[in-house]
Formats: sequence, C-alpha cells, structure tokens
Amino acid sequence: MADAPAIETVDLGKRFGSTWALRHCTLAIPEGRVCGLVGANGAGKTTLLRMLAGLSRPSTGEARLAGHPPADDPAFLGGIGYLAQEVPLYRRWTAADHLALGAHMNPVWDDDLARDRLLSLRIPLDRPVHRLSGGMRAQVALALALGKRPRVLLLDEPVAALDPLARREFLASLAGAVADGGVTVLLSSHLLPDLERVCDHLVLLADAEPVLAAEIADLLASHKRLRAPTRDTSAIERDHHVVMRTQTPREVTLVVRLAGPVVDPTWQVEDLDLEEIVLAYLERRVDEPTLALAAVR
Amino acid sequence: MIALRLDGRSGVPPYLQIAQQVRQAIVTGTLVPGDQLPTVKEVVTELAINPNTVFKGYRELEREGLVEGRPGAGTFVLRRPAGPPAATHHTLARSLSRWVDRARAAGLDDRMIESLLREVLYSRDVEATA
Repeated sequence: MADAPAIETVDLGKRFGSTWALRHCTLAIPEGRVCGLVGANGAGKTTLLRMLAGLSRPSTGEARLAGHPPADDPAFLGGIGYLAQEVPLYRRWTAADHLALGAHMNPVWDDDLARDRLLSLRIPLDRPVHRLSGGMRAQVALALALGKRPRVLLLDEPVAALDPLARREFLASLAGAVADGGVTVLLSSHLLPDLERVCDHLVLLADAEPVLAAEIADLLASHKRLRAPTRDTSAIERDHHVVMRTQTPREVTLVVRLAGPVVDPTWQVEDLDLEEIVLAYLERRVDEPTLALAAVR
Repeated sequence: MIALRLDGRSGVPPYLQIAQQVRQAIVTGTLVPGDQLPTVKEVVTELAINPNTVFKGYRELEREGLVEGRPGAGTFVLRRPAGPPAATHHTLARSLSRWVDRARAAGLDDRMIESLLREVLYSRDVEATA
C-alpha cells in the first residue's frame, strides 16, 4: 500500500463533441509529492483536474485517487481538496463563516488546523472575504481545503491572480502543509520558476496529451543544451533524443534528453532550467502543425 | 540557527545547495556539534520549496556522517567533516576573495570565473594522475 500512487490514471480521456480535451493520459504520482501540471491554455489541465475531482466524467479510461475512483459521493469527496480557478468563496461571508460551513459540510473536519493557519497568517476571521486581499482570499480557500485533511489536493492555477509576494506566501504555506505529511498535491500553473522550487514532479500537457511526466530532478539532470559550430549531428541524434534543434549558418544548438554522457568534447554542454526544457517540448509540438499548414497552402 | 537560501540559476540541484550550505556552516564553525538544523517545515515555509528537497539535502549530510536525524526531535550536527580547522578556511577564503577581485577587475564575469576554476581543478587532477 505504501507504494500505491496517490494519483493514478490509465488512458484517461475526455471528448467534447468531436474534440478531445484530453486523451491518452496515463500517470502515476506517488504519495507525498507536489506535482506541477503545465501546458498551454487549452492543453487539458483543467479538464484533467475536474475529472480527478469527480466533477466531470471521463470519456475513456479511468482514474484512482488514494485508491478510489472519483465519484460524486461523500466518501470520495471527503478525501479530496479541490480549488477551482475562480477562488470558490462567498463574497459577503467572513472566513469564520466559511470555517463553520466547512465544519458542517465535511465528515472529517480539523477546525483547529484551518483556524490556526489563518491566525498565523494574520488573516482577519471577522471580515467579509471580498474585503480581503487576493492573497488572503487564496489563503482562506487553501485553509478550507486543508481543513478536510485531504489525501489529495487539486489546485487549478491557485496563484495566477496573485502578486509575487502573495504567490510566494501561498506556495510557502502549501509547502508547509506538505511537510506536515499525508497529502499529495497536483497544481497547475504557468509560472515555471515557482513550480521548479515547490514541486518535485512535473506533468506537461501539449495538444491534450501528456508529453512529459517525471521527477523534476531527473528532467534537469537528463536535459542539456548542446552547442557547436555547424556540423553533422547524426552521431548525437543516434545516441540521444533530440527535443529541439536550432541552426544558423555557423552554429547548431540542440536541446537533448541524454541517454548517457556526451562523448564528443567539441559540444559545449549547458544546463537548462525547467522553463527552458518545457519550452523546448512545447515549441517542437507547435512547429509540426505550422509546417503542415504551410504545405497545404 | 542558520538561514538557508536557494540560487535558482546556479545549475546545482537545490538539495545539494542545501547540503552544501549546512556543510559550509559546520566547516566554518557557524554550526557546532549538538546544534539543531532548521526543521524541514521551517525551511520550506521560509523558502517556498519542496519538502523533499530539504529531506534529501539532510539525508545527504547524514550519509556523510555530519548530522543525525533523531525521530520526533529533529536533525542535529554530529561532527565537523575531516579537514583543516575553521581558521584555515577563513585564510583561504580571504586570499580567494583577493583573487576574485583581480579576476573581476580583469573583466571576467561569474560564469567565466566558475569555468576557469573548473578548468584549473580539472587540469590539476589530470597532472596529479599523470
């Protein structure tokens, strides 16, 4: 049981009419991880999160969270915290009102935990939430989600609307909750430097499919930028997986996933950050349809 | 207590940065045997980083025998790594600072300095094994 993934999907897919919003999605995220979910707008991030939260029924495949298939029943929903993109709070209610609602609605509810979080962040409990800052509202929503003592926390762009300081505080708060143990997090965001700090796992969606799903440390260790004066690259392409190539008359630059050491010392090998790796995969995907369109014209 | 930090652009994996900073604090005497390291929760709520990064960094130091995790209590400094005393490190740091000033005055940026250092270390190793 210790090794059973907290979040698991097998060939999960969702079709709206003739359009696939997500497909071929097979993932296994181990317990206690913080997994970043990235991809262009419309790549399927929200669709995936909504299916995992039991809010949307899959067209294909299946999912399991903490061993249970998503369903619209209290036993499942009690173990899942889900924050939709628009922070789901009642404007005129205070944080204290929301805590009371949480206590009323949830079979398992840790009021001290939720309340202590808000107090330690100096968030007034007696003020209508629409009079709190965006950062405070996000913290209220997170505290409510954590009050359920969820096994899995699903967050859809929780920091997109926050200023850099509030964003940092929100993520610090989230990391603190993970350090307490027992919760696995899947959060979508466009802010890769944030994800690189706070996550240990990454799932990248492109054109409604996962193209990367791995430990961030492994991605950083295995992806490099190689530069050299323009030459024949077939040896490199035979030994390693070329993700992206850019070529000028003088220099060729490759982003590669290494399958071993680079033997040829004339290649200059450079580290990449997570954003550069993700962009390399996304640009490659974008290039192919563009070329196809040009050919049709 | 020491303040840990993270350099997102260094290319050194974050867990090794954590391990390195703690090791350095022990070497220079900022942390002494018996001192408690910041808890994982303290570090992650300060730096907004992944808890496993801190665990991994501390485990690396445990593997080296420098610190010890005591269940329920925290992680504590066990001993200084083998090597010259803190004073020697301070002296070397001072002469390196002077060298860095000269390199910068000559127009080298941090990246060039780092690759120069790596190059020299490498060539010394090659000479030593030749």
